[in-house]
Amino acid sequence: MSEPRPTDAKINSDLLGPVNKPGPGWYATVTVSGLVVLAAVGALAYQFSRGLGVWGINRPVFWALDITNFVFWIGISHAGTLISAILRVTGAEWRRPVTRCAEAITVFALMIGALFPIIHLGRPWFFYWLVPYPNERGLWPNFRSPLAWDFFAINTYLLGSIIYLYLPLIPDLALLRDKSRGLLRRFYGTLSLGWRGTQLQWDRLERAVRVMAVVIIPVAVSVHTIVSWDFAMTIRPMWHSTMFGPYFVAGAIFSGIAALILAMAVIRRVFHLEGYLRPVHFNNLGLLLLTMSLIWFYFTFGEYLTAWYGNAPEEMAVFRSKVSGVYAPLFWGTVVCCFAIPAPLLAIKRFRTIKGTMIASVLVVVGMWFERFLIIVPTLTQPRLTFNWGTYKPTWVELTLTAGTFGYFVLLYAIFTRLFPIIAVWEYKEGLPLGEHGEATVVSQPEVGFESA
Amino acid sequence: MTDEHKSNKPQWAMVIDLDRCTGCEACVVACRVENNIPTVGPEEAAKGRSINWIRVERYFEGEYPDVKVKFMPVLCQHCEEAPCEPVCPVYATYHTDEGLNAQVYNRCVGTRYCANNCPYTVRFFNFFDPVWDAPLEKALNPEVSVRTRGVMEKCTFCIQRIRKGEEKAKDEGREVRDGDVVPACVQTCQTKAMYFGNIADPESEVSKLSKSNRATRLLEDLGTKPRVIYLNKGD
Repeated sequence: MSEPRPTDAKINSDLLGPVNKPGPGWYATVTVSGLVVLAAVGALAYQFSRGLGVWGINRPVFWALDITNFVFWIGISHAGTLISAILRVTGAEWRRPVTRCAEAITVFALMIGALFPIIHLGRPWFFYWLVPYPNERGLWPNFRSPLAWDFFAINTYLLGSIIYLYLPLIPDLALLRDKSRGLLRRFYGTLSLGWRGTQLQWDRLERAVRVMAVVIIPVAVSVHTIVSWDFAMTIRPMWHSTMFGPYFVAGAIFSGIAALILAMAVIRRVFHLEGYLRPVHFNNLGLLLLTMSLIWFYFTFGEYLTAWYGNAPEEMAVFRSKVSGVYAPLFWGTVVCCFAIPAPLLAIKRFRTIKGTMIASVLVVVGMWFERFLIIVPTLTQPRLTFNWGTYKPTWVELTLTAGTFGYFVLLYAIFTRLFPIIAVWEYKEGLPLGEHGEATVVSQPEVGFESA
Repeated sequence: MTDEHKSNKPQWAMVIDLDRCTGCEACVVACRVENNIPTVGPEEAAKGRSINWIRVERYFEGEYPDVKVKFMPVLCQHCEEAPCEPVCPVYATYHTDEGLNAQVYNRCVGTRYCANNCPYTVRFFNFFDPVWDAPLEKALNPEVSVRTRGVMEKCTFCIQRIRKGEEKAKDEGREVRDGDVVPACVQTCQTKAMYFGNIADPESEVSKLSKSNRATRLLEDLGTKPRVIYLNKGD
């Protein structure tokens, strides 16, 4: 890095520029995604008034797109944890412009995923019965149920992720406060909790962030493990697998990184952050995506090989429907989207460009959505007593809700980037004097007044 | 899951003689009339949503003209180690001290997890509110609640008849004995293929039949310990 360090004024204007200055593109994004969300809300209202019969679920396929979306979005939420937390803990400097982008993905994806355990209920107005609160009937939730574990795991992770997004946001909120006037100044002022940038405050913040980074990693691992146990704790063929915990965590990190790459690519273009989100970031994330693709393939191969080799009739029925039967096109499509195309694309340096990683990421996100579908539905279509085998087809309500989740994600992200800088300004500046890989570079006068040698 | 080996309450069980079953499905009709089971209509049934607490499964063997048909009435097995019970997050299904797997409609929030974990596929969900075209609502059994949409249901071994039989025995100051409790399906079976009673009572019919060399249980290797015993010569 032999270029001179950019001035703080330039960095501020680049990174704070998009904040509170929405252009026509922003309005267009919010309108379109808002309309999609409205359509989904309409579908939801229809569903609440008529009943779950407006979905395509039936006997024996009692779960389908509802739980697919649930698992998918909780999976996407693992973006923030890996990048932000693990890279912070291991001191990887290249993470700096990427952390907030990732942390925001986590919070929004969790918010979306956490909706589904409520809206998939037959009587969703009683969802709070899953909360342990003292009541006049003396009833507690059944703590032995994996769905009850889901409640605790997801809420813990959501709370932790919000804290983990908020803490490193504080210095930037203070920066925005100092640069704003009137109502905005009061808004940022309240949120920044009186941050003055004193040494003591920085000390506390860095320590708090470091603690959260360490703590959030096992929480994230436990969340998707517990989600996977919704399936693995049952006795259904090809659900009752000891591998599901690590399999789902790996799949979550896999889809999370892909979502992060896509979000970064969009933000880079839309906010002109080419100087900050550089090919090296996409290269590194691309290598991580490649690693996760290989790990995903390894787990998938292991699951299917052991099922096939064991040759248990009830498992082979499900296996056959996925590998050569009715679900074969989706299954092999998933293998192509998650492994056959992305792995070589990401492995060859010439293709591991921003565009290359973007293509791989789109394929991975699509492939992983179908992967979750294929874990859930084929098993349910073929119960042990073969007289009861069934099929599944989604209705417009489920498809609209699915589209609504993506619209909601885009909407939340658009609102976030309007209010807050998507690249952590202080964290980026902090990393500059050391250079990308920790080497010292020529430093021009830093903004905060300390004596230069 | 259960403490019924310590309980001195009757332990309900059913025996179904597959060699006598003709597949007439009178039991299916009797059950739906007794238990206010709604008819979902042809479109919903085509989607796989019809509710039959007891159903007669048909399996065909061989090619025409040497076809054999096997009939197997399947209902909730009231498993002693029921897989549906631990997974319900709100305790809407639990095991009673008489060995019944109970479903509490008022508590069910409709996660459908229990249905996913039942290996016998005997649990049913109300996808819509039930509808009885006039005058069929006059045939509703006042002793059985009507379930709303969003709630799971399944065979209860006609718990309303169990309660009635137990009360009658108590009024007469004696223990429950064979014949006091007859579920609707058992009552209606034309070939007397079904028996019901207290398997903890060594004198009861179900108890004696359960020791027959024709006795088997469905999906026994899963360890669910079902309370429904099938008699099958297996020819």
